[in-house]
Amino acid sequence: MSTPVVDVPQAPAESRVDYLNASYGIRSWLFTTDHKRIALLYLISITFMFFIGGAAAVLMRLHLLTPEGTLVQPETYNKLFTMHGLVMVFFFMIPSIPAVLGNFLVPMMIGARDLAFPKINLLSWYIYMAGALLFLYTVLTGGVDTGWTFYTPYSSIYANTHVLTAAFAVFIVGFSSILTGLNFIVTIHKMRAPGLTWFRLPLFLWSIYATSVIMVLGTPVLAITMLMVAAERLLHVGIFDPALGGDPLLFQHMFWFYSHPAVYIMILPSMGVVSELIACFSRKRIFGYSFVAFSSVAIAVLSFLVWGHHMFVAGQSIYASLIFSALSFLVAIPSAIKVFNWTATLYKGSISYQAPMLYALGFIGLFTMGGLTGLFLASLAVDVHVSGTYFIVAHFHYIMVGGAVMGYMGGIHFWWPKITGRLYPDGWARFAALVIFVGFNLTFFPQFMLGYLGMPRRYATYPQEFQVLNVMSTAGASILAVGYAMPLVYLIWSMRYGPVAGPNPWRAKGLEWETPSPPPTENFEETPIVTEEAYAYNDPPKRIVAAGSAQEGARA
Amino acid sequence: MPEATAVAHERIPARAHHFDDMEQQQESSNLGMWVFLVTEIMFFGGMFAAYAIYRGFDLPAFEAGSRILEVKFGATNTAVLIGSSLTMALAVNSAQTGKRKALMLFLVLTMILGTVFLGIKFTEYLHKWNEFLVPGLRFAPTEGIPAGVSLPHVEMFFCFYFFMTLLHAMHMIIGLGILTTLLIMASRRKFSADYYGPVEVSGLYWHFVDIVWIFLFPLLYLIGGRYPHG
Amino acid sequence: MAEHIVPVKTYVVVFLALLALTGLTTGVAYIDLGAFNAVAALAIAVIKMLLVILFFMHVKYSPRLTKLVIVAAFFWFGLLLTFTLADEFTRNWTPVPDSWGPAIAVPAPPVH
Repeated sequence: MSTPVVDVPQAPAESRVDYLNASYGIRSWLFTTDHKRIALLYLISITFMFFIGGAAAVLMRLHLLTPEGTLVQPETYNKLFTMHGLVMVFFFMIPSIPAVLGNFLVPMMIGARDLAFPKINLLSWYIYMAGALLFLYTVLTGGVDTGWTFYTPYSSIYANTHVLTAAFAVFIVGFSSILTGLNFIVTIHKMRAPGLTWFRLPLFLWSIYATSVIMVLGTPVLAITMLMVAAERLLHVGIFDPALGGDPLLFQHMFWFYSHPAVYIMILPSMGVVSELIACFSRKRIFGYSFVAFSSVAIAVLSFLVWGHHMFVAGQSIYASLIFSALSFLVAIPSAIKVFNWTATLYKGSISYQAPMLYALGFIGLFTMGGLTGLFLASLAVDVHVSGTYFIVAHFHYIMVGGAVMGYMGGIHFWWPKITGRLYPDGWARFAALVIFVGFNLTFFPQFMLGYLGMPRRYATYPQEFQVLNVMSTAGASILAVGYAMPLVYLIWSMRYGPVAGPNPWRAKGLEWETPSPPPTENFEETPIVTEEAYAYNDPPKRIVAAGSAQEGARA
Repeated sequence: MPEATAVAHERIPARAHHFDDMEQQQESSNLGMWVFLVTEIMFFGGMFAAYAIYRGFDLPAFEAGSRILEVKFGATNTAVLIGSSLTMALAVNSAQTGKRKALMLFLVLTMILGTVFLGIKFTEYLHKWNEFLVPGLRFAPTEGIPAGVSLPHVEMFFCFYFFMTLLHAMHMIIGLGILTTLLIMASRRKFSADYYGPVEVSGLYWHFVDIVWIFLFPLLYLIGGRYPHG
Repeated sequence: MAEHIVPVKTYVVVFLALLALTGLTTGVAYIDLGAFNAVAALAIAVIKMLLVILFFMHVKYSPRLTKLVIVAAFFWFGLLLTFTLADEFTRNWTPVPDSWGPAIAVPAPPVH
């Protein structure tokens, strides 16, 4: 049963001024302070970086078709997986939902005209571009081969590749993240419309808020860590140098103090999107709203207590490992709470299967698998066996790609009509979603098996007996690539040829759907006043009751 | 359906268009600066944590390194920065009470004291260079290291000394740039008792930089103990 | 804007207190108190920091949210420090082989 798209009458696009046609010319875009335009600037940049990271993945998977690995030199293979990791983590996933969907939607969802600091918002995009350009320069001049984790002392003393520029690029792009998070925190605290209390906020905003707290608390530690590695390479100041009494493991502590919460920066916004999608396409409020809201905060806090689980076999003390292992089990609980609540929302909901919903349902299944395998890894004995193998690779790709990227795709599709004022062809979109789902599982499920059977990660060659599974994985990757290319085509096509969308083609609840599509620059003609809870689907329409009348006490 | 109601927006030049009133703007910029200072606490905190760990690994080496540093410079710099914090607080006070000339005077005094701090720091660095105490580039101390103390670990202490104080000095230099901007804005009569937000948040930044030094001074200069060691 | 304006006298008193504490911490460093030297130095630094935060930075008169933000920052720094220390200083606690006594002799397998 699918919800028909309803065309609510609005002024014809040609005669209405919206944020896209309010001003023309490259300068009006490069010097904009409109959060919606900045969101689009980010969308273009991160899509470009996504395909760069994807190209590295394609080369890796092609290389791994044969056990001897003859496509590229082993040194080049090292550079490929490093580049794939750095681009995907720092230049695609971390900005993705916050900088694109967050920037676009946060002011609209709270009824504000813009974020608290619009110029800082633009600055954060320029900082992102500076980091991305420096990183691309690193790639073009020979790349870096330390792995995205920059482990010392290889990265600080022995590597012959462009570690310095890569570390600086990461250092720079971290500040983009910090400024975005700062903006969101202040905006959500200080600029909510009258009547919009914390517990009436859409759950997307709770997720964005929790993500922003992580960005603000964790990214500075990454920044200082990158500076220290850079200082070692540049000035031979040996903070991680064992010859001076330095501890390479200290680098790992400081690196993972950020990088573990970073994976929650990548997943939390996606969970927020899924809450919005499940509610809209079940026509129901989210079951257990406050549990889901608090679980976002709990994830943000607990995410900082588990980083040692990346270091179980690195030489970390067994006692610290015990503590980190126990806490890692704990951090799974809030995520599970979300999954249970989404499932309960679906129960007896009026479900329709448009493309955004397919992505949301795919998220729930694949994230659950990825999350459960995370529990295997939290268990010390299992981790000793599979650490450094493809099991880990499969685990985090299930969460990051099967989870976070699918949530991002679902969100892009859901809000595309609002952002562009156009509808994309849903038939193609559903087909692409299915192609992505099939391609994804074919790529990464064999990797669980490879890892368990013992194939190490980051190796350019492998024993003959692993070839069948590797070929399956590469076949899946080619399907996945097609699946990702399709939205690029039909979404761009829709901007010119898609039917005009009304303000609310999904009949969804939320302040952003109360504006025309695309919205005007100021978002709202007048600041709205909020009188109902979030996701008030199927609430009976409120009767306007005169104060003091006989009906007032007997409201239905 | 949320009702749309107009909210009155008075036209004040200092109020940015996306805020409803000056109070929202002032509270937002304050909260924004505090959130930024949180990131600075974590940024410097990473260094302090690394320092604490290595100090725990080889206490005698770090104490030996600490005793080589010159307390007179460190203590004077601490007093200078505390003085600059006072003048900065008085600058904010002047802005709050609408006293433009006093505001400019106190900003200038703060900048002078900040420059004095940097001058003393630079002198200290010069001394370290002359005494062959710069790790990685020129490290060969000729005196001050007791027997049995690991020389590479003393070099590690100096790694932290230079890294932490340089990071702090860079923040001071940025602070001087911010104060210069404030001075120019004050001279153009941008501030009044109704609008002094930028002065206040810059004051928060300046005090934070002072607090970092309040910890750097004992941790680098004093914690080795200045009493005669056996 | 209804904002509390701190009187100049308060600033001057805090300034003098900060100078005095600086002198104190410098002086105490010249006295041998063993491990307590470090404790004293840090305690004095914390007091100085609190004076700057509460009075110079107006936190005493700031909304609760500001105070919460500051406490959170120090708490998180504490997390970084504590958990990293928990690893770095417990690595040697694992017993070395043979420290629990001589290895049990394994009987030779029967020869057929």
